[in-house]
Amino acid sequence: MSLDRARARTEPTPPEAVTPRRGRGTELVLLIFAIGIATFAYVSVDLGALGRVPPNALAYLGALSVATAVAHVVIRIRAPYADPVILPIVVTLCGLGLAMIHRLDIADGTTRANTQLTWMAVGVALFVGVLIFVRDHRVLSRLPYLAGLAGLLLLVLPLLPVIGHSIRGARIWINVGPMTFQPGEAAKIILIIAFAAYLVQTRDALALAGRRFLGVDLPRARDLGPILLVWLGALGILVVQNDLGPSVLLFGIFVLMIYVATERISWIILGLLLILAGGFAANAVVSHVAERIDFWMDPFIDPQGQVAQSLYGLAYGGLLGTGLGQGRPELTPIAESDFIGSALGEELGLTGLIAIILLYALLASRGLRSGLLLRDPFGKLLAAGLAAGFFLQVFIVLGGVTRLIPLTGLTTPFLSLGGSSLVMNWVLVALLIRLSDAARRPAPPSASTASSTNDTAVTQVVRIR
Amino acid sequence: MNSPIRRISAGCLLLCVALLINATYVQAFWADDLNARSENRRVLLDEYSRERGPILLADDTPIAQSVPVDDEYQFLRQYPLGPIYAPLTGYYSYNYGRTALERAQNDILSGDDDRLFVRRLIDLVTGEEPRGGAVRLTIDPAAQQAAWDGLTDEGFKGAVVAIDVETGAILAMVSTPSYDPNPMASHSIEEQTATREALQADANEPDLNRAIAQRLPPGSVFKLVTAAAALESGQFEPDTEVPGPAEYDVPLSTRPLPNQNGQACGDGTPTLTEALRVSCNTAFAYVGNEIGDEVLREQAERFGFGTQPLTNDDMNAATSVFPAELDEALLAYTAIGQFEVAATPLQMAMVSAAIANDGVLMEPYLVREVSGPDLVSPIERTEPEERTRAVSPETAEELTQMMVDVVENGTGENAQIDGIQVAGKTGTAQTGREEDPPYAWFTSFAPADEPRVAVAVVIEEAPDTARDDIGGGRLAAPIAREVMEAVLGS
Repeated sequence: MSLDRARARTEPTPPEAVTPRRGRGTELVLLIFAIGIATFAYVSVDLGALGRVPPNALAYLGALSVATAVAHVVIRIRAPYADPVILPIVVTLCGLGLAMIHRLDIADGTTRANTQLTWMAVGVALFVGVLIFVRDHRVLSRLPYLAGLAGLLLLVLPLLPVIGHSIRGARIWINVGPMTFQPGEAAKIILIIAFAAYLVQTRDALALAGRRFLGVDLPRARDLGPILLVWLGALGILVVQNDLGPSVLLFGIFVLMIYVATERISWIILGLLLILAGGFAANAVVSHVAERIDFWMDPFIDPQGQVAQSLYGLAYGGLLGTGLGQGRPELTPIAESDFIGSALGEELGLTGLIAIILLYALLASRGLRSGLLLRDPFGKLLAAGLAAGFFLQVFIVLGGVTRLIPLTGLTTPFLSLGGSSLVMNWVLVALLIRLSDAARRPAPPSASTASSTNDTAVTQVVRIR
Repeated sequence: MNSPIRRISAGCLLLCVALLINATYVQAFWADDLNARSENRRVLLDEYSRERGPILLADDTPIAQSVPVDDEYQFLRQYPLGPIYAPLTGYYSYNYGRTALERAQNDILSGDDDRLFVRRLIDLVTGEEPRGGAVRLTIDPAAQQAAWDGLTDEGFKGAVVAIDVETGAILAMVSTPSYDPNPMASHSIEEQTATREALQADANEPDLNRAIAQRLPPGSVFKLVTAAAALESGQFEPDTEVPGPAEYDVPLSTRPLPNQNGQACGDGTPTLTEALRVSCNTAFAYVGNEIGDEVLREQAERFGFGTQPLTNDDMNAATSVFPAELDEALLAYTAIGQFEVAATPLQMAMVSAAIANDGVLMEPYLVREVSGPDLVSPIERTEPEERTRAVSPETAEELTQMMVDVVENGTGENAQIDGIQVAGKTGTAQTGREEDPPYAWFTSFAPADEPRVAVAVVIEEAPDTARDDIGGGRLAAPIAREVMEAVLGS
């Protein structure tokens, strides 16, 4: 599908709409609230844990404000029609994450919050970079195979000698100079781009050609082949690396995107069946997985273990929480990373946890909304993949720590300690901003006069509004 | 592509709702259960970091207190007097939970009790650290010490209970061998574990409160109950003559029931008073069969058998038992405190206390009052409470005279106190196992004319005493005398 045809799919401009609302003023107001919440949380941690206002409160406020201001200004220049809610949500989540990491620093005698703040600056820099260099998201669709290869390469990196590095049994890290980095976080985004680009090219063939087998429309092998290869490769590497979370996440994103591309619900059914089958097989074969499932069925077989401690923390917080700095989140293992959700649930209570979950849901809904509004199939697919994948990750990790589903290791976007995750989530948000800008931008005047005879285009116009 | 994106949006919404419902379930509905789990370190740390209230004796001596220490728990629970009061205080252990008063009075001590609600509100407003309330006991330190010394000087395994006869307040409660609860409250888990394992491995069960939690055959001290039933029935008077041969021909049985010394009591037909004085088995077996098992059971129940004591204090005391179905043969043994009749030392002290208090049994209690953290404002004081009328005032008076006779002229001579009339009864109970030495019992009260304190002593094992020398009068009566003197002297 060419770019020209995609442009042609625009709805008739309503005569009364003169200047569409850009929403930058709304964004600014919301950002001030976000920074206020973040700083208040930071100060509140020190007040609760140490009984004093942190001496560097103003410096913290300044750093956060500068980073946010840069992001906001770049949006004003490069993506003026972007959704005004996305950035404030991200800043709020980052602020809460920083406050909780700072709170755990106080308990453990470490200074990880400073590192995290530095990584946030790097994230904002990449966010700016993406908005400046990717002026139109459709450029991303040009090289699907190269993107797929790059994604796979990033996944393989940690397995290589010398630079590969293993933490807590998962070999998903690489050493870059003095720092460690999880290339899998970047691979996830690149693979979503690759999936979207490839599926846009082949979706007709995937959806229409092929045989029906057991009520499921199976596509031809040559249409499915390359992407299946990428998927199997990614999963294989993740299983070898002994990291369950990203494997499940990547598989889920793949299934969702192929469903969006083909509009056939059979893919979802197939995907769920494969997940169940894979789960049963892994439970039988991989001891690591069997252990996770045992802990899910009965978290108290190890009363001081992760899930039990996480539940105790949540229960201790109750409805309103202990207050920042006044709980005992440090009792939960790796509370600063995978279990930061339960640490926040402990100190902010059910109320705070619900707010956080809703923030995530709102962010995802804004991405999905962009997908609905966008006119080009690649953009739609990319937005849906990024947003749904993002929320799927939130569900897998928060569901895991609250014992809704078995625990699989994943970071909590924007909250968890860890540079790779934070930076790459800023990149993901930059892409969502770019996509929402494209979705809300009024069509160029020349395009509005062009009439389309394409049946599907007409149908889509009807569906949007 | 819009319809699948919409469906996916709906799917995300579903996942979101699932997360919200699950979080609500965990934090709002499951939370109480989770917080109540014993291995939940958060709740324990919370308790530890709060200043737990003290347990005090009647004279305000602390027997359990929290002192500030410089570690993550902030307060260390200490038991300054250790083993003497261990059966009362119990311990407060991070790993093994709480026992005895530390368990029973936990709500007050930890400050969670509803009666401290106003105090908590004030603390919340003033920003003061919440503290637990204090529990003040009825225990008289002098009596407790006398009982402890009496039992431990010669390494006895046994127990002592002393009761204020007019109120039911428990003045002393000692159980030996005991243990030091301090290591159980240590902040070192290893020390707790080692102590606990040593306690569990010890065949003497030092952490068993023998004074209230162990039932033994009462032997001859139970003759007080039989005598009370006989007098109450109207068939007998203190000077009624009863047959007291060397051996009682047990109905329905070929095995006769002998007297301890194998001889007839007195001239063979002693009065009831004389029978009690020399603790005549054959006479009381006869009396038992004369009055019947129904009358005897009712009398025992009026003294407290069959009802759990100390329930207000939640001390998990054992219920003393009088056997259900009895034929004449078993009734004969029951009447002299053998067969399946079993009583705690507390129960036998209650028998004496009821006789001393004109026949009225007062409800025994340990906690005199609970107060707020400032120790001066009592929030609840235990009021003495009548439990039952065990015997009529006349019977009580007659029994008192018979018991005075036991101490002045009979088996209880070792309980005599200069210038004060003592009423008492000895007991030497067979364990039911040939190889084991008998249990030595003694129960008494004083002064006989205006009773204040009732005591029961039991000695299960006396390691340095020859088997034939074990007897209530010889071993147990001197301890009872010491305890009574301690109470009356103060």
